[in-house]
Amino acid sequence: MERNKLFRDLRTSLIIAAWFSFLLFPLLVMKVSVTGGAALVRFRWERLPGIAVAAFALSFAWRRALEWNEARGDKPSGAGPIAALTARARSALAVKPIRLSVTLVLLAVVAVYPFALGMYHTNIMITALIYVILALGLNIVVGLGGLLNLGYAAFFAVGAYTYGLLWKYAGPAFVAAGVDPGWLFWIALPTAGVLAAVFGALLSLPVLRLRGDYLAIITLAFGEIVRMVLQNSGAVTGGATGISLIPRPWFFGLRLPPRQAATYIYYIAVALVALTVFVVRRIEDSRVGRALEAMREDEIACEAMGVDLVRNKLVTFSLGAFWAGIAGVLLAAQTTYINPDSFTLWESITVLMAVVIGGTGSIPGAIGGALLLKLLPEYFRPLAQYRMLIYGIAMILVIIFKPDGLFPRNRKKYTFEGAPSVDGQEARR
Amino acid sequence: MDFFLKLFLSGTAKGSIYALIALGYTMVYGIVQLINFAHGEVYMIGGFTALIIGGLLFSSGMAVPLVLLLSILAAVVFSAAFGFTIEKLAYKPLRNKPRLSALISAIGISMILQNVVLLAQTEKYLSFPSYLPELEFLRPVREYLNSTQFIILVTTAAIMVILTLTIKFTRMGKAMRATAQDKHMAQLVGVDINGVISLTFIIGSALAAVGGVLICSYMGQINYYIGFVAGIKAFVAAVLGGIGSIPGAVLGSFILGWTESLGTGYLSSDYEDAYAFVILILILILKPDGILGKNQKQKV
Repeated sequence: MERNKLFRDLRTSLIIAAWFSFLLFPLLVMKVSVTGGAALVRFRWERLPGIAVAAFALSFAWRRALEWNEARGDKPSGAGPIAALTARARSALAVKPIRLSVTLVLLAVVAVYPFALGMYHTNIMITALIYVILALGLNIVVGLGGLLNLGYAAFFAVGAYTYGLLWKYAGPAFVAAGVDPGWLFWIALPTAGVLAAVFGALLSLPVLRLRGDYLAIITLAFGEIVRMVLQNSGAVTGGATGISLIPRPWFFGLRLPPRQAATYIYYIAVALVALTVFVVRRIEDSRVGRALEAMREDEIACEAMGVDLVRNKLVTFSLGAFWAGIAGVLLAAQTTYINPDSFTLWESITVLMAVVIGGTGSIPGAIGGALLLKLLPEYFRPLAQYRMLIYGIAMILVIIFKPDGLFPRNRKKYTFEGAPSVDGQEARR
Repeated sequence: MDFFLKLFLSGTAKGSIYALIALGYTMVYGIVQLINFAHGEVYMIGGFTALIIGGLLFSSGMAVPLVLLLSILAAVVFSAAFGFTIEKLAYKPLRNKPRLSALISAIGISMILQNVVLLAQTEKYLSFPSYLPELEFLRPVREYLNSTQFIILVTTAAIMVILTLTIKFTRMGKAMRATAQDKHMAQLVGVDINGVISLTFIIGSALAAVGGVLICSYMGQINYYIGFVAGIKAFVAAVLGGIGSIPGAVLGSFILGWTESLGTGYLSSDYEDAYAFVILILILILKPDGILGKNQKQKV
């Protein structure tokens, strides 16, 4: 039986290899170049065997994986080596001294990171941390609220442009008055958060009646409109050239050299990540958080239970947008230069991928996903051009085979143990 | 008036191309309730296939009409094959999962296809040689309607009629309508729903391929990224007309084409792509079911 199955899989894979060799032939084997209005085609036959072999191997693995996936059924992913490992890690962390020492080591690593590794790595880490904040924010919307937001980069842009425009219009006055323009960062940080949250609420107004995929598309439209407005209102925002020479954050009036400035921004980023994690963690278990989760699971049932869906969606979008605004200010401060190209749809999608790959609704997932997505391409330079390709494949694999993501959320379970006995004795916990 | 007429006709041509892509969206949505994000990419692949096969045949000295015919055929075949494969790989395993999963998977497919073309072909814009004939009888009105636009219009109209008839009167069309209404019931009365879904993707992709060849001949250039914007706009058109409705998709496409043309002509050309999005937002606020769409009640 098992052998027959294997044989069948091998045969199917052979057919699939032939199919893919045909399917990908014009795109991968032939290469077109146009000179003087005529298209010239060059053949790259050497690629054909590679395609066939790869298709065969992948198809075989794919079929096996699908079978495994179906055999697993709807059972929670409780088995398997990775799950066992995380379970063991969890139980180890429950022991106080172990948890304390792990936390201390982690803190120490985070603290000495910029000194141990230098400016180049620090800057990469800052970018990654900005994405961590973005992913945590989007996680509120997608993970908790279950609202797919494809225009998240718009709020990121609102944040960055808040700082950029503050600098552009209020900066000269600050300099003239003899005040360090670095103060603007600290003014921009809360302002941008609030502004982005307001934008989030505004966006949520038209979409209150929509659900699922319509919502995704309308947020996408919103994101693109914001980008186009930034791009086309050159008089105010600098158009496609953007805003440059944005000052770094104030640090006791000192003009830090680039290296120290990077270290400084790194610590700010770490602090903001910590703040985000703390707040999101608090939201998760709060009344609002539980209402959001109820909305994600079933809007109609949720409404029937008396949860105000309108308010809920408003809160979700605002909360998510707030963190994007904060991350935007950080981006402007780090790169000292912003233009609309940093806020395309692909930016939104990258953040979404971080959330999905990491684990929708899970805080460690959002952090892990963002770090993975931003750090891997930096350290595997040869693979950088295949980045989006690999992300796309990874996203599909995760959504099919591991919908909980790589770092799934440990959902709170309430178990009922023992019924109250007849004589009114308290139930055992 | 003259200016208006010109804009109106170019909007009509644009609209008929959107219609070819929007039909695929609407058919797929009608049957599996999925926004096939990768549909725009299939259209782009159709364009590229036509460019490659057309170039190969043309340089081998084949007659132009034959080159045109065969390159369109190749585009249709390969796009349909892509549509079929995409459904099997990325959507079928997710059919009983939450709807957002399939949407995310679709975004993934879209990224993969874009990047495959980007890496295997080129990131630059390539000029697209048009093999479409120059129609003599249009010479006097060329200012208003050139032959490419005319061919696009006629092709779209023909395809639309054929498609409507197929869906209304053939056995296959009946199976499709049954699947769209209720998958389980359709299965119970003996409809092969997997086959119907595959077929829907194949037809939709084939139409997108025709659209790809036509619009690339019209614009005169192609790039790995063209599918994205066109896909979104066609989606807007489908939603505007009422997603799931075939005449709706065509109507929506024309409205979108006219709006864009007139908008760029009279308002500002900087926001050419924004008009579609503004329309989308307005329609979703005012009448989420679209112009010809049926009001869908939420079932518990």
